[in-house]
Amino acid sequence: MPMSYRYLEDIAIADVAFEAWGKTREELFTSAADALTNVMVEDVKSVRSVEHRDIHVEAGNLERLLFEYLQTIIFYKDAEQLLLRVPRVSITQEDSSLALDAQAMGEKISPNRHGLLADVKAVTLHRFGVKETPEGWKATVVLDI
Amino acid sequence: MTVPSELVEVSPAVWELPVSFKQGMHVPARLYGTRKLVEAFDAGVYEQVTNVATLPGILKYSFCMPDGHWGYGFPIGGVAAFDPDEGVISPGGIGFDINCGMRLVRTGLTVDEVRPDLEKLVNRLFERIPSGVGSTGFVKLKEDEFLTVMEKGSRWCLENGYALPEDLEYTEEKGCMEGADPTKVSHKAVQRGYNQIGTLGSGNHYLELQVARQENIYDPGLAGAFGITVPGQVVVMYHCGSRGFGHQVATDYLHILLDAMEKKYGIHIIDKELSCAPFRSPEGQDYFSAMKCAVNMSFANRQVILHRIREVFSDVFGRSPEDLGIRQVYDVTHNTAKLEEHAVDGVMRQVLIHRKGATRAFGPGMRDIPEEYRDTGQPVIIGGSMETGSYLLAGVESGSQTFYSTAHGSGRTMSRHSAKKIYHARQLIKDMRERGIYVRTSSMKGIAEEAGGAYKDIDEVVAAAEVAGVSRRVARFIPIGNIKG
Repeated sequence: MPMSYRYLEDIAIADVAFEAWGKTREELFTSAADALTNVMVEDVKSVRSVEHRDIHVEAGNLERLLFEYLQTIIFYKDAEQLLLRVPRVSITQEDSSLALDAQAMGEKISPNRHGLLADVKAVTLHRFGVKETPEGWKATVVLDI
Repeated sequence: MTVPSELVEVSPAVWELPVSFKQGMHVPARLYGTRKLVEAFDAGVYEQVTNVATLPGILKYSFCMPDGHWGYGFPIGGVAAFDPDEGVISPGGIGFDINCGMRLVRTGLTVDEVRPDLEKLVNRLFERIPSGVGSTGFVKLKEDEFLTVMEKGSRWCLENGYALPEDLEYTEEKGCMEGADPTKVSHKAVQRGYNQIGTLGSGNHYLELQVARQENIYDPGLAGAFGITVPGQVVVMYHCGSRGFGHQVATDYLHILLDAMEKKYGIHIIDKELSCAPFRSPEGQDYFSAMKCAVNMSFANRQVILHRIREVFSDVFGRSPEDLGIRQVYDVTHNTAKLEEHAVDGVMRQVLIHRKGATRAFGPGMRDIPEEYRDTGQPVIIGGSMETGSYLLAGVESGSQTFYSTAHGSGRTMSRHSAKKIYHARQLIKDMRERGIYVRTSSMKGIAEEAGGAYKDIDEVVAAAEVAGVSRRVARFIPIGNIKG
């Protein structure tokens, strides 16, 4: 599968910004998780699917849903020392809110095997956005390092 | 390149943008720096320092220190004091890494005594002080014990054998901010942080062995008062914060305040990262109490690392820490909000001061600094890049102009991405080794992002702060060993 994210220069001098995309909202969310994990580890393919965690988040809009979802991946990195990828995501409308269910796959951080890069502190709201494009969906995210 | 035409130098190294610069500014903005630094500020600095000036209840000026650069909401290097009754508290004025700070520890050893064991010492410190992505600390706590750390900070360390009484004396706030309330902190934040006490983190966090060469002592009297007395004396300087715990507290409240701000309090802001609430509101007070929990966790983090430093030195040199003269000079925080007493238009009053990437620099005679430093002013610890060196400064009387605040480091000028393109990790480590700096890192890739060339000229930064009259130079330290997260 071709890479469906790229890092943006000169948006955040001290930090990292990325753009991720997908044909559907679900694909976009899968790409965004890889973009996030790739900030912490050199090659996302080095993260094996040894353990899984179920992610469930709800939010009033798609942007907040993406925010909470990415924060959950950061949470597992600190709370359980897990690096995660999210192969499948499902997003459903529930009354006035959106619900996301996903199974994240990954493994414990291994400094010897994973080419570790920088720790991510948080997803910021700076330029944070999700939009529909002619090709599908695109998000811009700035991470605090 | 991006200097606004309205910018005027009002006194040497102090520049002002008037309230007419942007609609809604309540006070002028004041930026500190030499012409060279001011011209090199990125456009975000001017944008953000003037955005801060629009926040309700801001007093006197919205400041940016000479190491300023673009941040979230406030610029890094941003300082702003608010009227506690009329003004706001904003997580964006404190930073995601609450109580990120610097600690300086002196030894009685000289560089000649350390050099033969330098690699062993650095390797041992690297093994014993965890760093890097998702690292967990050597202090194993249960979640309920962690609540005590939130309340007590370094006092918890003292009660549990990780501190000497004098360490607390030489820590800002004596290592504990009163009023921390763990019930205001989410369980998620606790889960992210309770296993991280005793870790450095990554990014620009580091621990360094440095040397005070005689030619780099600017003020021998002050240096002596801070315990820097021997030519070639070795010191340990480190930079770290509240880790995932503080990051989660900041993230949680960014949203809590954002949700309440407009709907409940009718505050309109220019940038979402300036999310805030009236200081006296329930949301504002909750954040202040939660922030103090992260402040205290961070003091405890730097304190247990000092404990490890003592153990390692003792181990490597076969002498007790006392015998090796290992004593804390001071510990400063550079990401906080605090209630302090300051003179505003000649009248002493309480203000809520935000310092984000800026250090408190109390002058001589002020309360809340250790007795021993009462006549000298507060020690201020400025971390440079891993290649170029760091500084010890002192607070001065004329610091009242910035509510006694000065710079915190050298400030980035190059993006991480660009730095990685220009610098190559292995070559950088080799070059540094040839210059007598031994480096260990948990991220070979990450180290290229921290090359000296990616940062501002620290000499220029501290000189500007001195010319402007917000701090004075005491000593410059040259690195000989470095641990990078």
